[in-house]
Amino acid sequence: MPARLMNAPAQSSDEGERTSLISGDGSRYLHARKVTIAYAGRDGGVVQAIEGIDLSVERGEFVCVVGPSGCGKTTFLNAVAGFLPISSGALTLRGRPIQRPGPERAMVFQQPGLLPWRDVLGNVTFGLEMSGRMRGRKAAERARSLLELVGLADFAHSYPHQLSGGMQQRVNLARALAVEPELLLLDEPFASVDAQTRETLQIELLAICERAKVTALFVTHDIGEAVFLADRVCVFSRRPGRIVREVRIHLPKPRAQARLESEFLAYVREVAGALGGAANGRE
Amino acid sequence: MATVIVEKGAAARPPSPLSALLLGKRAERMVLGAAFLVALFALWELVAALGLEPPIVLPSPAAVAVALGSVFSSPDLVANFVASGQELLYGLVLAVAVGVIAGMAIGWYPRLGYFFDPFVNFLYAVPRVALGPLLIVWLGIGLSSKVALVFLTAVFPVLVNTSSGIRSLDSHLVRVARCFGANDLKIFRTIALPGSVPFILGGLRLAVGQALIGVFVAELLGAQHGLGAMIQNAGEQFQTDLVFAGLLIFAAVGMLLTSLVRWLERRFDAWRV
Repeated sequence: MPARLMNAPAQSSDEGERTSLISGDGSRYLHARKVTIAYAGRDGGVVQAIEGIDLSVERGEFVCVVGPSGCGKTTFLNAVAGFLPISSGALTLRGRPIQRPGPERAMVFQQPGLLPWRDVLGNVTFGLEMSGRMRGRKAAERARSLLELVGLADFAHSYPHQLSGGMQQRVNLARALAVEPELLLLDEPFASVDAQTRETLQIELLAICERAKVTALFVTHDIGEAVFLADRVCVFSRRPGRIVREVRIHLPKPRAQARLESEFLAYVREVAGALGGAANGRE
Repeated sequence: MATVIVEKGAAARPPSPLSALLLGKRAERMVLGAAFLVALFALWELVAALGLEPPIVLPSPAAVAVALGSVFSSPDLVANFVASGQELLYGLVLAVAVGVIAGMAIGWYPRLGYFFDPFVNFLYAVPRVALGPLLIVWLGIGLSSKVALVFLTAVFPVLVNTSSGIRSLDSHLVRVARCFGANDLKIFRTIALPGSVPFILGGLRLAVGQALIGVFVAELLGAQHGLGAMIQNAGEQFQTDLVFAGLLIFAAVGMLLTSLVRWLERRFDAWRV
């Protein structure tokens, strides 16, 4: 029973908070204020996943969330996606509380999650069909242009099991982009591809986000990846996850060569320092 | 030590000389499979020719071939085939229709599963041919009781396989679909249904074998015509060659239908690795 109470969406009951949000921070695109998420653990106790998260994301911004494993960063992402109710605080998108998945958000998971019985083209149209936005020839047309974008135009009629892990992840990305999301939520999407492919995919992702003007919230435990991609890196502490540091990354774009710059290393060191502090519980 | 074994295992699989000689694995499989059957027939012919057993116990393959010819030239041929064919077809079609629909419903709605599972398990555990006498009491000795028995023998593999196919749908795919705003109907249509096709076809393959048992037993319990009735009559009159001929026809029909389903399975399984 207590767990149920905890999981009830808190925004709607919290009228005062809501009005202040609309008047004060209405211009912010994604806004989390004192977001806490707790759920019933297996042993009957309450697990506090994240605690008092304050985070704002502007339109077109690329924000990375890093933190030790199990720190609740994925939990936070799931809440933004609308899969998970928050326990207290306020979580709003364009000033409106997030309560369920919506068509303006698309998620890219670590597992490609492709339908094995559909070819690549059919998998890219899948999201369009599910959202009911487009089907048939129009959807196929859109899918083709996205396959072009992710460099898989020649593989439209291949099946997922014929593709490498990196290519499957490109299909996954194309499927998410096909619904033209405003906000792209990425949960360690490149964690299970090899290092070289990962760097290529990172460069491509940045270019695509720039071109498609999408806002991105990217969860990873790879510091280099976070610094390379982000306009801003948020460092989570160990569970219950709190944001212990926000680092603005001022590396110029495009960043294909950014890893070689000394500034890049300095940022990596800064984030690693914050992460180390968080992991040791000093901050 | 373990690595040594692995290496040995890898080295122990060179292309066998036979398969190299005979255009690959497939040919090797067919040759070896046929070889055993040929050997079996040769042994059978030998035992029969030596007269170790009287023909009434073990007729020679040649005698069985003659009997087989007599089946196909007998005036009862059409009646026998039509009777058995009807029982098999009606029972099997009904079993597939009911099995697939009920299996989907039970697999998709967990509460329906809780509701029906004990009953299904109970019927699954009963040797369904044992329901034959009951069905005759309820439905009479005609076609309907036989179709009912075939249906009961064949429906469960289809139903159980279909429901487990629907239940085993990939939860990650469902999450992806939900993320795009899919409703239950769309998830059913685009994930659960195509994902369960291999399960349904597997169930169908089992059902064919079960249905043939159903046909035979139903005709044992009293029938004018049909292959099962023919075998039964032949056995009572010690026409052993005719019994063998009937068995061969049953086997041929079963293998034909099974390979048909296998062909379907391969067609729909192209996406599997």
